[in-house]
Formats: sequence, C-alpha cells, structure tokens
Amino acid sequence: MSPFRSFVIKETRHILRDVRTLTVLLMLPIVMVLLFGFAIRTDVEDVRLIIVDPSSDVRSAELVRDFNATPAFRVEKVLPSSSGAEDLLRQGKADAVLILPIDFARSFERGTAQAMVLTDGINANFAQAVSNQAEAVIGRWQAGHSGQRPLIATAPRMRFNPTLASENLFVPGLLAFVLTLVSALMTAISIAREKETGTLELLLVSPLRPLQIVVGKVTPYLLLAFTNAITTLVVAWLAFRVPIEGSLVLLLASSLLYVLVALAIGVFISTKSADQRAAMMATLLALLLPTLALSGFVFPISSMPAPLQVVTKVVPATWFIRIVRGIMLKGIGVELLWKELLILTGMAAFLITVSTRSFSDRLDG
Amino acid sequence: MTRDTQHITSDTVPVDESAGPDAVVSARELTRTFGDFTAVDRISFDVGKGEVFGFLGANGAGKTTAIRMLTGLLSPSSGSAIVAGHDVATSPNLIKQQIGYMSQRFALYDDLTVKENVRFYGGVYGLRGSELKDRRHAMLRKLGFEHLEGERVGGLPLGWKQKLAFSVALLHQPSVVFLDEPTGGVDPVTRRQFWELIYEAAGQGTTVFVTTHYMDEAEYCDRVSIMVDGIIKALDTPGRLKTDFGVDSMNDVFLQLARGGKRS
Repeated sequence: MSPFRSFVIKETRHILRDVRTLTVLLMLPIVMVLLFGFAIRTDVEDVRLIIVDPSSDVRSAELVRDFNATPAFRVEKVLPSSSGAEDLLRQGKADAVLILPIDFARSFERGTAQAMVLTDGINANFAQAVSNQAEAVIGRWQAGHSGQRPLIATAPRMRFNPTLASENLFVPGLLAFVLTLVSALMTAISIAREKETGTLELLLVSPLRPLQIVVGKVTPYLLLAFTNAITTLVVAWLAFRVPIEGSLVLLLASSLLYVLVALAIGVFISTKSADQRAAMMATLLALLLPTLALSGFVFPISSMPAPLQVVTKVVPATWFIRIVRGIMLKGIGVELLWKELLILTGMAAFLITVSTRSFSDRLDG
Repeated sequence: MTRDTQHITSDTVPVDESAGPDAVVSARELTRTFGDFTAVDRISFDVGKGEVFGFLGANGAGKTTAIRMLTGLLSPSSGSAIVAGHDVATSPNLIKQQIGYMSQRFALYDDLTVKENVRFYGGVYGLRGSELKDRRHAMLRKLGFEHLEGERVGGLPLGWKQKLAFSVALLHQPSVVFLDEPTGGVDPVTRRQFWELIYEAAGQGTTVFVTTHYMDEAEYCDRVSIMVDGIIKALDTPGRLKTDFGVDSMNDVFLQLARGGKRS
C-alpha cells in the first residue's frame, strides 16, 4: 500500500465511522431542497381574499366571479361593509382585502370607479405580488367591459423561467450552499481535529508530503460533495421538475471546479485556526454567510448598494450560481459562460496555491 | 532484561560518551532563531546506536525546537545536524523514513481500531502485505494485546494507548525514535513498563532520544543533556553529573542548572 493510499483509506474510515455526521451530510441536500421548495415560495397562489362590496350590483358580482375564477385568488368572504375587514387582515385570517365603492356600477359607467387593495405589508414581496395580481384581474375585467381597448397592449413574457416558479431559482443557490458546507466546513473541521489531537504532528514527521496530506484530506470530501450535488439535482427534478436545459456534463464539471475552490478555502481556514471550534466559526462567518447572502442566492445582487455589489464579486458562489442558473434555466454553454468559468478557475488555482503554501508554512513557524 | 536492572542502578555503568563515527544523531552548532529570539543556540552532541539519550530542560528551554529540527520539521538557521546518515537541512524527507516519533499528546486515532491504526501507520511508512501483517501480529503478541485488535483505540486506558503508540512508532524499524515526554500523565507502574519497552528497543539497536519531566526517568538514561535558555549546560551520564554537582539525584542536578535560566 502506498503511503498516500493508506492515508486516503484512513480518511474514508473516519468519515464512515462517524455515522451520525455522515447521515446528516447525505440527508442535507434532500431536506434542503424540500424545505426550500415547499416552504419558501414566492409564487402567488390561493391568496385568501376578502371583498368588501357595499353596492352588490351586477358589475361587482361579475368582478367577484372573475376573482374566484383566477387560480391566484380564493374569495373567502364578501362583506357588505369595510368594518372588520382590516381586522381579518391583522388577525391573519385573510391575505388581502379588495374594497369596492358604494355605487360601483354607476361610477364604473361614469369612469370614476375606484377600488382599493389592502395587503399585509409585513411580507413585503408577497404583498407586492398580490397587489400586482389583483390589478391584473381588475384590468382584464375592465378591458372586457368598457368595450374600449387599451392604447398599447403590453405582452409580458418571462423567459427562461416562464412560470416564474421559485423552485427553479433556488436550486442553483442551494447547490452552491450544499457544496460549500460539505467541502469547506468538513475539510476545515477534519484538519483542525488532527491539529487538536496532535495527530497532525505525527503525519508531518512521517514520509507523507504536505501536499499528499492536503490532497488525501480533501479526496473523500470531494466524492461526498459530488454525491450531494447529484442528490440535489435528482431531488429537485423528482419533487419539482426543475429542468436542466443545458449540458449536464458542463454542470457537473462546473460543480467540480466549485468544490475545488471550497475545499481549498477549507484547508486555508484550518491552517489558520487553532481548533475545531475556531475552524467552524471561521467557515460559518467567512464563507457560508456570504454564500447565502452575498451571492445572489437569497438577495438579488442588482438591488444591493454599490459597495456590497463589489464584495459579491469575490464570493466564489456568485460566479458558480450564475453558471448554474445559465446552464439549468437558460440552457447556455461555454460560449456564454466562459468568463464566469475562467474567474472560477482562477479562484481555484489561486486558493489551492495559497492554501497548500499556508499548510507547508505552518511547519516552519 | 539484564539491561533494565543495570540501568536502574546505572551510576556505576561505564558509558561510551563520544558516540564517534557510528553516531546516529549528530548535531554541530545547531541553531534556530525566530526573529531576534534564539530558541536553540549552537548546540552540539552525538548520540550513538542503541543509546538512550535523555534530552532535558525546563519548558521554553528550546527542547521542542531542537526536536523539530532533528525530525526535519524545521530547518536550522545555522549549524548542522546529521540524523540516520542524512543532513536535516538538505534532505529532511529522507530522514522522515528513518525515524520514529511519539509525542506527549497521545497520537493514535481514537475512532479507529487498533488494527486500523497499525495498518495506517505501517502503510504510511511503506510497509505492505504480509510483512505488515506479520509485524502487526508480532507487535500485538509482545504487548499481549492480541485480543484488542478490533477494539477502538478511544476505549483503551491511557497507559495501554501509550505503549501501543510507542510500538507503532517502532513498526517500520527506524534507526532512531524521538519520544517527546512519552509518559506524561501515566501512573508509575505503567511508566516502569514503558521504560522496559524503551530498553528492549535500545537493546535491539534502536537509538532512543527522549525528553521527560520526570527526573527518576532521567536516571534511566545512558546519557543526559540539560538545556537552559537554548544552550546545552550539561551533558554526561547521570552518575557523573551527580558526582560533578555533588548531589544525590538528577532532580538536584536539574534544579541547580535550571535555576539560572531566564526563560522558564
């Protein structure tokens, strides 16, 4: 058995022996995909609507029917007066309230009709989406009844995610998050543990070269991370039919590139931290937090203040998520993604150099 | 174990003090500085084949830095050292194959079994197949640990672990083994058993380079060096050191020398 092979076998044993951690790591992508897919939806569907209709005439009845016919809304109640309507909103028994004027039919003929949409602004994005939907329903109804065509008919089409399904958008970010967690965090903890127990010293006086130690440490995690990437894609397809429009090979190759970046960061963090706890905190703050918040995963980069937008450019996940979104949703390939791929390759080369050097330097300090 | 009893009362045993041409470890003016701090200051000594060499000094005296240089972990700032025929400055990687090492912190993997640990370290030193298997069986038989092969190391008593760690460090039959406070935290009976293992290894020709804080253990060594503030202040057999300092125990020798130290 070559020294390197013995080392990889030993690392694999550590991982397999810690059944609890391994189970968590393997289940993580499944749980995350289902959690994000079901819980964090931005789609407007089945909104519980209260309509306040004091006039209760033919026109308003039509409008109520139209709202009922829209899948986005479910009319819970039609009230004759607005008293108590806002309370239902406050108590969370309704998502939106539509208030029509007293003389709806007449004011509509005169062209002075006004309707008010109340939404719960605490959930800002949702409220905005509900408002837009309500306006759209009223607009359609109006177009059908006024007999007057609008001067310009806009025809909005959302390309690459035609149904605006939120699960299509979170899967690339989730992929980045899961890969970061497994590669960087687990590597950092694993090296820091050897430091803590003193076994690292033994490895260093052994014939194993520092580079062999680093590569041997990350190899099993590389396999684990790759398994997780595939699990994420498979679960996303099975549960939500999230498509992969582009090349699967390119997608997996990019994931491999990103895993190398994350592993290198994990090694670097471990060389700088005294023990497992420090390594864990450093990874959480310096890597996982930016991967969540500054990569375009949770918050759109275009709506961040300019200085923060600059920061997002050094977060590896930013580029990886752009690549994955491009491949999965737009079906584009290297011809359009070469810049992102090049940047990620550069990051990988730089970080691998820095981290192996930092690992070897530690010996001479 | 005749050597054992000899050494417990080693005052009268003559020891070849200049290890000479067949020195396994040989340091000349070996120095290491960190910035303007001189951790190890021009130390010179020879350790012969099969010798048990005690390397003493208070905390901060420079022992660890010296051992790191001798094991190829740290390059010397000046001076030289030859270990197992290789220069530490130019070929540290050749040295690594020739030495064994056991640190004060217990260094086998708790979550692996005895067998897995032995196979791992054997494999790292290039042992394979039936050779590795034979040596593993021989080693466990000698320790009386055959029944523990499948046990996780984490569940063993500390004394057993340390005996095991020492035997693992000898598995690839190194010409010199470095023991950095190997008996820390162990009861006197186990320490005594541990020293029997040391003598056995030395009897088979392995050079033992050992640091310790226990002065009774210093008495067991063939020769002892005492470092103070990066300098070797004394180097001789325990018997002659006691005579020279006019005291009854190594403890008193150590106290007289270390008292002058500024770093501890």
